[in-house]
Amino acid sequence: MSRPDHPRSVVVVGASHAGVIMAERLRARGFGGSITLIDRSPHLPYQRPPLSKDWLGGEVEPDTLALRSEEYYGDNGIELLLGADVTRIDRQGGGVAIRIRHSHVRQEARRFDRLVLATGARARVLDLPGVDHPDVLVLRDLDDARRLGQRIRRGPLAVIGGGFVGLEVAATARGLGTEVTVVEAAPRLSGRAVGAGTSDFLLAAHTELGVDVRLGTAPVEIVVRGGRVRGVRLADGREVPAATVLVGVGAEPRTEIAEHLGLVCDRGVVVDERCLTSDGRTIAIGDCTVQEDCSGNRVRLESVDNATEQADAAAATLLGADLPRRPTPWFWSDQGPWKLQIVGVVGADMDVVVRTDPAKPRRRVTLYFAGDALVAAECVNAPADFVAVRAALSRGLRPSREALSDSAVPLKKLLAALPVN
Amino acid sequence: MPKVFYVQPDGSERVVDGAAGDSVMSTAVRNGVRGIVGQCGGSLSCATCHVYLAADDRQYFDGPGEDEDEMLDCTASDREDTSRLSCQLVLREGVDVHVTVPDEQT
Repeated sequence: MSRPDHPRSVVVVGASHAGVIMAERLRARGFGGSITLIDRSPHLPYQRPPLSKDWLGGEVEPDTLALRSEEYYGDNGIELLLGADVTRIDRQGGGVAIRIRHSHVRQEARRFDRLVLATGARARVLDLPGVDHPDVLVLRDLDDARRLGQRIRRGPLAVIGGGFVGLEVAATARGLGTEVTVVEAAPRLSGRAVGAGTSDFLLAAHTELGVDVRLGTAPVEIVVRGGRVRGVRLADGREVPAATVLVGVGAEPRTEIAEHLGLVCDRGVVVDERCLTSDGRTIAIGDCTVQEDCSGNRVRLESVDNATEQADAAAATLLGADLPRRPTPWFWSDQGPWKLQIVGVVGADMDVVVRTDPAKPRRRVTLYFAGDALVAAECVNAPADFVAVRAALSRGLRPSREALSDSAVPLKKLLAALPVN
Repeated sequence: MPKVFYVQPDGSERVVDGAAGDSVMSTAVRNGVRGIVGQCGGSLSCATCHVYLAADDRQYFDGPGEDEDEMLDCTASDREDTSRLSCQLVLREGVDVHVTVPDEQT
């Protein structure tokens, strides 16, 4: 079955999770045309979540990070152009002409039918005295992780930013015996991502790990003495010790190519549920995109789950197929011995049911209700509860507060007892 | 080099060379074996790498831990006695592993 507008050639700029999965989904859906993945990184496409966790501690070999084996790409006719910079893109007659430069030497130009932007995001930088010092690092890619891994045992680590990446690194570093301070300008850890109860629970967890958490105070200077970073000076006048500083204050979408093409961007490349950008033809997926949530707000979902789901939707769009049903969004963050998992989107003023078990004090499950219906959950060290809630939400179940309030009965039993819609 | 034998619900089989220390899940994902999603990369977060482990191969592995055991109750396909999360099945030198992929994984 082929339609006249079916692409014969697809180029994907960005070979991280979203780009690789989309190529795989295209092949799985029977696409027989050419697929080219272009990335400026020279590394075989790799998983990013381990970079802030086991990988830093040296427990994972670099080649185990590969998203797919090298043979996989060859076997599936997926061309990888790695270490290649896109230098120019022109759209001509519905097609795309792209120029790339390999390793700053060899140039080549190609034509493609359809363009997919999977350009991801870069670490946000702070405007702070001393922030350009080589002892000050960010963590976004494999090379960043290598630098951090080489330094993580060398004296105290200061982490600026109490978000997920910062807390994951803090926990990993504590596990290696490093002295760690986390500096967060807001009054709570991960305050924009999780509710107050979960945030307080995480604070207690990190304090238990021996992380020195400083809340409600911003860094004002990276203190450099004798050519080396020695600490971070805070707005409250105190200085925390540091031989290495990790700046983990979020990521900014890479929208340069989209802007160059005149596509609408609003803190990310704006896409619809089919992953089409404003020109109705170019596709964008993953961390570089913003999309409407169920309330019509433009949100950027920075997660493996979103990259996977958008990749699947984009493959369907390119082939003119029906859009796959999208499960409820989810997210995880492993912070040393603490596993945080979130499913659904938590809104303001939602009712909350907290489920705890005195026999398992390291577990905490927070259920969020809109009206009387379950819409989201935050689980700490409760992966089975998380999987049960995610399955229920993705199947369209919206159980009530009353149905789920009995903490004495396991959540999976309460959910299993519900009628299927 | 340990080999992993992946049998699909339709009976078709694929054999993949693995490496000691890698999991049955990561070996499948890296080689594009159909039906094993492994969305969380093996951190016991997603339950999308459910497999049925051949009865004869169970001797090579410890039983499921508490979290895995509970998560197996919530996989997309029904749990059986041989159910495992394949991210928890770590390959060893000299041991081939045989698993069957369930019908539905997400």
